[in-house]
Amino acid sequence: MQKMAATLGFLSVDCLVSFHIKKNYRKFQGLISFLIFSADYFNEGESLSEDSKLRFDTCQLLWQQMKSEAEELQEELNKNLFDKLIEFLEKSHLEFRKKSTNWNYQIKSREIPTAALVLGVNVTDHDLTFKGLTAMLRDTITPYVVSLQAKECPDVKHLLQKLASQVMGCHIDMESTEEEEEECVQLSQKKMHYSMAFLSTWYRNVTQKKGSESVNKKITSSSQWKKSPPIVIILKDIESFSTKVLQDFIIISSQYLHQLPIVLVLGIATSPIIIHRLLPHAVSFLCIELLQSLSCKEHLAKLLDKLLLTTRFPFKLNEKALQVLINIFLYHDFSVQNFIKGLQLAILEHFYSQPLSILCCDLPEVKRRIHSLSEDQCESIRRLPSFMRYVEKQTPEKQVASLTNERFLKGRMERKSLSLHIYHENFFIVLKCLHAFTSSLPKYPLGRQIRELYCACLEKNIWESQEYEPALQLLRMLAKDELMAILHKCVEVFRSSPGKQLGSTAEKLKEFLAQFQSLEESNEEENGSGSQQKGLQKTDLYHLQKSLLEMKELRSSNKKQTKFEVQRDKVVDMIDNLVRKYLFPPDTQTLYEVVYFTGAHTLREHLNAAPRIALHTALNNPYHYLKNQALKSEDDSIPNVAPDICIAYKLHLECSRLINVVDWSEAFATVVTAAEETDPNSTASEEIKEIIHARFIRAVSELELLGFIKPTKQKTDHVARLTWGGC
Amino acid sequence: MSGVQSRVSPSPWVTSRATLVASWLRTRAVLREWTLPPTLKFSGLGRFGEVLGAQCLAPRETLIVMSHLKQQKVKMLEVQFVGDDDVLNHILDKEEGAKFRKDRAQVLVNVKKLMKKQENDQDEDDQDDLKDENYVDILGADSQEYLKNGCVASGGNKVYSFQTRKKPEKMAELAYEIAKTSGKSVPLICKNTEKMASTPQSSKKQSTSEKDQLKSDEKNEFLSTPYRLRKRLTAVSTFPSDTESEYSDSNSEDDKGIKQEEEKISEVLMDQKRLTKHSSLSSSSCKKVSAKKMKKDTTTDLVEEYFEAHSSSKVLTSDRTLQKLKRTKLDQQTLHNLLSKFSPPFSAELKQLNEQYERLFHKWMLQLHLGFNIVLYGLGSKKELLEKFRASMLQDSVHVVINGFFPGITVKSILNSITEEILEHMGTFRSVLDQLDWIINRFKDDSSLELFLLIHNLDSQMLRGDKSQQILGQLSSLPKIYLIASIDHINAPLMWDHSKQSLYNWLWYETTTYRPYTEETSYENSLLVQQCGTLALSSLIHVFRSLTPNARGIFRLLIKYQLENEENPSYIGLSFQDFYQQCREAFLVNSDLTLRAQLTEFRDHKLLRTKKGTDGVEYLLIPIDTGTLSDFLEKEDKEA
Repeated sequence: MQKMAATLGFLSVDCLVSFHIKKNYRKFQGLISFLIFSADYFNEGESLSEDSKLRFDTCQLLWQQMKSEAEELQEELNKNLFDKLIEFLEKSHLEFRKKSTNWNYQIKSREIPTAALVLGVNVTDHDLTFKGLTAMLRDTITPYVVSLQAKECPDVKHLLQKLASQVMGCHIDMESTEEEEEECVQLSQKKMHYSMAFLSTWYRNVTQKKGSESVNKKITSSSQWKKSPPIVIILKDIESFSTKVLQDFIIISSQYLHQLPIVLVLGIATSPIIIHRLLPHAVSFLCIELLQSLSCKEHLAKLLDKLLLTTRFPFKLNEKALQVLINIFLYHDFSVQNFIKGLQLAILEHFYSQPLSILCCDLPEVKRRIHSLSEDQCESIRRLPSFMRYVEKQTPEKQVASLTNERFLKGRMERKSLSLHIYHENFFIVLKCLHAFTSSLPKYPLGRQIRELYCACLEKNIWESQEYEPALQLLRMLAKDELMAILHKCVEVFRSSPGKQLGSTAEKLKEFLAQFQSLEESNEEENGSGSQQKGLQKTDLYHLQKSLLEMKELRSSNKKQTKFEVQRDKVVDMIDNLVRKYLFPPDTQTLYEVVYFTGAHTLREHLNAAPRIALHTALNNPYHYLKNQALKSEDDSIPNVAPDICIAYKLHLECSRLINVVDWSEAFATVVTAAEETDPNSTASEEIKEIIHARFIRAVSELELLGFIKPTKQKTDHVARLTWGGC
Repeated sequence: MSGVQSRVSPSPWVTSRATLVASWLRTRAVLREWTLPPTLKFSGLGRFGEVLGAQCLAPRETLIVMSHLKQQKVKMLEVQFVGDDDVLNHILDKEEGAKFRKDRAQVLVNVKKLMKKQENDQDEDDQDDLKDENYVDILGADSQEYLKNGCVASGGNKVYSFQTRKKPEKMAELAYEIAKTSGKSVPLICKNTEKMASTPQSSKKQSTSEKDQLKSDEKNEFLSTPYRLRKRLTAVSTFPSDTESEYSDSNSEDDKGIKQEEEKISEVLMDQKRLTKHSSLSSSSCKKVSAKKMKKDTTTDLVEEYFEAHSSSKVLTSDRTLQKLKRTKLDQQTLHNLLSKFSPPFSAELKQLNEQYERLFHKWMLQLHLGFNIVLYGLGSKKELLEKFRASMLQDSVHVVINGFFPGITVKSILNSITEEILEHMGTFRSVLDQLDWIINRFKDDSSLELFLLIHNLDSQMLRGDKSQQILGQLSSLPKIYLIASIDHINAPLMWDHSKQSLYNWLWYETTTYRPYTEETSYENSLLVQQCGTLALSSLIHVFRSLTPNARGIFRLLIKYQLENEENPSYIGLSFQDFYQQCREAFLVNSDLTLRAQLTEFRDHKLLRTKKGTDGVEYLLIPIDTGTLSDFLEKEDKEA
């Protein structure tokens, strides 16, 4: 093969290594210099201007901030889970720690303490959780944390090998200053026959030594662990382990349980039942405690709250872009990490494609930057659609001034960016309040999650949507305790927000709350007085009906609103007013383009691509890519001048499972000869025919490469189709 | 297909359809067996068309229940209002054919009776189906291409087989259609009228197909038949229900043809206005209308069609082979030469496309540096593009280019080239995973290391395995290893599950280049390209020349023996003992040890394969095809 390629003059080297830089790697110190290097690529290859460098730095800074915020959030959310886990670990092996020689215990201790972590289907996020878990366990409980993945452990031997090397590796890390390091390294490199027995002897040696020396600097939290830290084995993806391996491993380790304090942590993506299904026999050796992690949807909601529904970060997504990211999350992977990745891409794209994104930064910084804007940048600001709209609304003198006078423009800009900031502040407070109100309504007319409401508000005036009016109607029917709970929530929202806008509204809310509380007291009195009605006297049916009707009429006419109802209407009216006042969609705001990323299609293209559709379009409709009039066609047909592969593809669509190559090649030749526009009567020269045949061969082998057909032995000179129907 | 059937007897059949399909297929197979030979017999005659028509009609009449025969006749009567001689002729023809074929059909009935007592309604189905077959046959016969093919290979039945009914011919038809559409956009009506004005077009078709006909020694006598056939077609096409449309679009296309032909007949009656209206309807909107109307049906149709096509192991296509075409297999070299003579069209547009992608290079670099990896997809070879990327952006950085399409590539070799040539590590590793761990550690320890990986065809045969992808994914997840790869296979994204995708951290870029996959396919064992011909020969000669005279003699003996047994299909090789005997007789070796030493050398050069037979004896075989071997002997003899 290799020789063959060589004779054809093809590149036959499979791996080609280039050494243009000898050993002269550029050395970079940390993040900053690295960023400068990448910034070279930021400006479409043109020489790096000060401006684009600044833009890139802003982008990176913003991203780093958002990323650390997201990580913090993750940690915070995991904390609960980890705390429970640690508690569990401390409970387990209590007896072992006491070195009890109790016979009873030794019999009982066949059960391995096991924590089953149900982590959900978003497998991508698990790694991060486990990483955090490992780090935390190492810091607080034991140096012996082993994490195993199914793909590393095709059989028990590999599993034990991996286990032992990791346990001992940990040990090395712990005492890297001591001499025995050498010894250990040698041990692990020799890859001697690992077994549980070997491991337990090693463990006894190590713990005894430690017991005498008691040199364990890192672990200080719980003194009782010093003597015999447990060995925590994390099986990251329990579902992909083979039953046999797991079963054997569990049985073996249960035998050694009185020598080795083993704790299992199982990562489960589906449901806890999987343990029983995987380990029908060995499950009796496990003492399982179930731990549930936070659902990924809640995680996402928290993340949105931290990163987007806040004025802390100036960067925002418009409705479509946000929708794309959320859809990928909901319909594809439930992975928060991927969502963050999408966000990163959005930030990058925004700063890359929008030159004015230089102003997408903190408020004080914006002011500074506005003043140092160059003339070109001013010009591009004037061309912003949102700014043009703003200018049109001004008086003529001001219009002229903002279009000609740079200083005037900058002044305006400053004011406008401030107002954009304030707009956002109000927007998010009101949004959260509205969400507090509507999230508990039956059937959730405005969405259950805040992200749905947010998307709706970003898209258009929320009060013009169909669902808004019914939602208000429902609000007017809330019971008092519900309403009060909501009001408490709203007050909380106001309190937690940093802005000082809307202070009066907050006051008003509190007032309402107080009034409701006072109502409660007065209500009781009212109830006491007017509760009893005169009982119905014994009459005939006719009279009874009549009196009942009367009573009904009386009640409906008398149905004047109680105090509570009046108050409730006031509250609803207030929230309605707030919504109408503050929940404009952002694209009405001036300088909207600076902070909002609008390239939804870029996100979809790069994150959620459809390669098959692209292939299909390229094959079916070459005009889509090659803008040549000759390739244009109205319906499904393609013109005969289309690229060879398109013609061959189109012809092959007409066949069912098998394709006769001869028929195919003749059909192909027919099309191609017609395209050449040679006179069909003149006998085409043999050479042209040969060339056409060669082109056909190439088209066929290309289709084979693309996976549309494959050679088959079912019939001579046939190929099998691998797709069905018209795609 | 299904549509055509339900046209005649819609409701009862549709419901019981699934159960009937299987048994129906069986009967059809029998029918075909009996109906085929006569077609072939008469294919040389000028009146092929009539015979064909008769043949299709005959079984229907004689086969089954009388009521259906009546029904059939009623239909034929209905047609008669067209009222010209041709129709009469046609009916006569049919009857003639029916008489002629009577005995054949009788046999058929017997066979059927023997085989199974068919239920009445199933017969009905059969009959309906035959009708349809007939109907489509005639439709197909409309284009002369059909006649050509029919003559060359087999009867219409075969071509218009059940599963593929319209298919193989459809291809040819489509070919004509595409061929017709000239580069400049042709208005729809024109297209249709062109089709209707059949005479000039048919002559054109005739002329194009002339050569092939001559080649396959067929007479051109049926020049006149199409017209008559068309007449017949109109007769059949006035099936009462041909307006009902619940067919997948292919059938509605068939419909279209009928309608057009219909119109052609009653042209006189129709005014121009209606014609244009109708033709535009039939060409484009017909499909849409039916699709809209029967949206649900079409989807279920598609599903049913799928299972129909895959239910039987037999697929019916024409039996033509490349050998009959007398077109020899090309080898890579000639193929390459031939293709180099052909310059691909639209170079300006292609260039424009490429420039568009080249503008992305800086962005790619940026995104690679920010922790994303880039995957390119879309039609056309992306090798050139990546090469350009490498040349323009990666000159100053360390990079590894991996040709994934190369058949000998493994993950091991990729890792080796990283460890040995980039990291300059000379040791060996116990396993690929160890090697990977080592690389990961190296990159973690030394933050100044940076590496670009360019992989052409990440989805190639050798790399698409789960383990390979896992390892490459882990490699690419390192922050200082930047991966940019291309994929081509339609199912390539299936290689990656969620966890692998998160390892790769892909950004997808569509780069449809329309470039030919020259290098990518050159390694593929394409069925149309003759592998190993000249190359094997040249390498054989090369090795042979370096042998000692005795060894040459030994090898020549073996070749001769193998060529002598060329015809023997059960030949498994020359047994070692026999070979030793022969060599001794030719004074080439003096002990079996020396012979074994020689054989080892052959084996090292992959010129020899040994196999243990069932009796435990060693058999020797040269794994090169006989053609090459005889070529080789010829050449050697010439030189000697």
